[in-house]
Amino acid sequence: MKASAEQRLAMYELMFTSRRYEEAIQAAYFEGKLPNFNMANGPIPGEMHLSMGQEPCAAGVCMHLTKNDYVSATHRPHHIAIAKKVDLNRMTAEIFGRATGLSGGRGGHMHLFDTEVNFSCSGIVGEGIAPAVGAALSFKMRNLPHISVAFIGEGAANQGAFHESLNLAGLWKVPFICVIEDNAYGISVDKKTSTAVARNDIRAAGYAMPGIYVEGNDPDAIFAAAGEAVDRARKGGGPSLIEIETDRLTGHFTGDPETYRPAGEKEKITQRDAVPALREKLLSDGVASPDAIAAMEARAEARVSEAIEFARAAPEPAPEDALTKVFA
Amino acid sequence: MTQKTNARKLTIAKAMAEALGEAMNADERVFVMGEDIGKLGGPFGNMAGLYDRFGAERVRDTPISETGFIGAAVGAAACGMRPVVELMFVDFFGVCMDAIYNLAAKNSYFSGGQQPIPLVLTSAIGGGYGDAGQHSQTLYATFAHLPGMKVVAPSNAYDAKGLMHAAVKDDNPVIFLYHKALHGLAWLGTTPGSITHTPPEPYEIPIGKAAVLREGADVTIVALSWPVHLALHAAEELAAEGISAEIIDLRSLVPLDKDCILKSVRKTGRLVVVDDDYQSFGVTGEIIALASIEAFDALKAAPRRVAHPDIPIPFARPMEQFALPNKDKIVASARATLAPNQRAVI
Repeated sequence: MKASAEQRLAMYELMFTSRRYEEAIQAAYFEGKLPNFNMANGPIPGEMHLSMGQEPCAAGVCMHLTKNDYVSATHRPHHIAIAKKVDLNRMTAEIFGRATGLSGGRGGHMHLFDTEVNFSCSGIVGEGIAPAVGAALSFKMRNLPHISVAFIGEGAANQGAFHESLNLAGLWKVPFICVIEDNAYGISVDKKTSTAVARNDIRAAGYAMPGIYVEGNDPDAIFAAAGEAVDRARKGGGPSLIEIETDRLTGHFTGDPETYRPAGEKEKITQRDAVPALREKLLSDGVASPDAIAAMEARAEARVSEAIEFARAAPEPAPEDALTKVFA
Repeated sequence: MTQKTNARKLTIAKAMAEALGEAMNADERVFVMGEDIGKLGGPFGNMAGLYDRFGAERVRDTPISETGFIGAAVGAAACGMRPVVELMFVDFFGVCMDAIYNLAAKNSYFSGGQQPIPLVLTSAIGGGYGDAGQHSQTLYATFAHLPGMKVVAPSNAYDAKGLMHAAVKDDNPVIFLYHKALHGLAWLGTTPGSITHTPPEPYEIPIGKAAVLREGADVTIVALSWPVHLALHAAEELAAEGISAEIIDLRSLVPLDKDCILKSVRKTGRLVVVDDDYQSFGVTGEIIALASIEAFDALKAAPRRVAHPDIPIPFARPMEQFALPNKDKIVASARATLAPNQRAVI
């Protein structure tokens, strides 16, 4: 399945928006945390896991999804949330811990829920896989045309939850796709040190589903692979496993000194950054003019600014609001 | 508790199965899944007959894969279904607790109330039949300690049916714990008092309302699940000594019916809490703290408690029975609250 010119442009817009968004979040995150880094300080306290470099995974997959399709994401959720069309203002307010955030400040950046677009994420590695299988089961039992996608990192493929959930998905033949973003690191431990197989797509065979590995962090290739899997799921053909080679351009968390990376690796992955690479391709393929792309980028930047301003202007939650919403 | 001599009596297992059948009949979003619940009807019989009635799609046998299917139940609940999922023995929560306490229990909060999780988790609790330390625990205080779950543990069939209907209709995760000593299984032995009149039509008992099973003036004895019956037996023995005990069946730990407990303690001035869970940091401590803080002036004696010592539940019968709560321990504790100088009594 090949992306059309329009679809390629739309992917670039998602990727570019996500990149500018995370640059803005990163800048806000460091406010109050320098020169002495203290995670508790500044307008965005706590851990911050940025997805810069991984944007193609989210864009290439979510281009095929509707708002009714269910997506569970990881502790590194922003690119996926943006591609799934989560309300950006309320998401940003949540990341800033404000009263008008998606959950009124109860969750923060690792716990973004937007039921309008069936999006959720979790701070526990591998936790989102089983609920995505269950969402797919619900769609199947009710004869709905929706599908379900769990995004995980390659580190989560060594969790019991991964194997239990994929077995259920294969057994039940539910409309479910497990997307592994292989950024080569679980925090500091590289994939070779943690995983018995070089590529997790072969594990799909154990769960009676097709598996595919997409090389090169290439949005067009991801779009094609995801398109086939989505099509199969919607037609009742059951689940799929997709592993995508991608790059984590920042540390595991913002502030991570990344001393575990071999010399030269950071420079190498920065040089092959997928966002400018797609821009170049769109231009060289004649998909859009430089002016058209610049106009799109300006729109995206305005959208990001609006979200950050919305969050900064939003009120803090009342402390005692913490006592509400424990139960529905 | 309704007790009519001419009324239809059910075991807790049959009352649960009946409630689930009625709920599935009334609402096609309700389905059940778990290990061995299909043709077998559940190892403890509480899903008996459902497979034949509703088929394999809505009565789903699962692999031995608790993280997978409990997590899947949460996702199904988030997407329009109302699953009832069985964790065979509560002792097994160690293999899937993340799906329960970090996922099911926190979705409402993390979504700012956008995402209710209408999920019932049923699980067998309790020992006393020599099944040793990984198949005999109750562990309900652990669920009650973690926010975001309702926790119910009925002591009789009438309550089990009504609480199950309420649990299925609840928009929150409800942990529904049934005690093996009360369940009505021929191979386990059943406390007779748990087999009670149970109306054949659907009805609800609100979650969070305790029941005063016996009124009394001298001492309040608070229990739930199987120890309720121990407390009722103790009350008879105490009555013969001229001690009038009031027996409260909590029926649920979350929400906890604080008003019922405090009203009774203010009346009797004495409190014994009986628990079939580990003693430290648990139900007995919580309820004694409640009474001490909220009804301090009414207390005439230091509260007492009967619970498991803080040891894994032992296998050998003499050691197991030593660890369990029993009538004699409750009677002794109640007497101690009435001793002239009760502070001197250990």
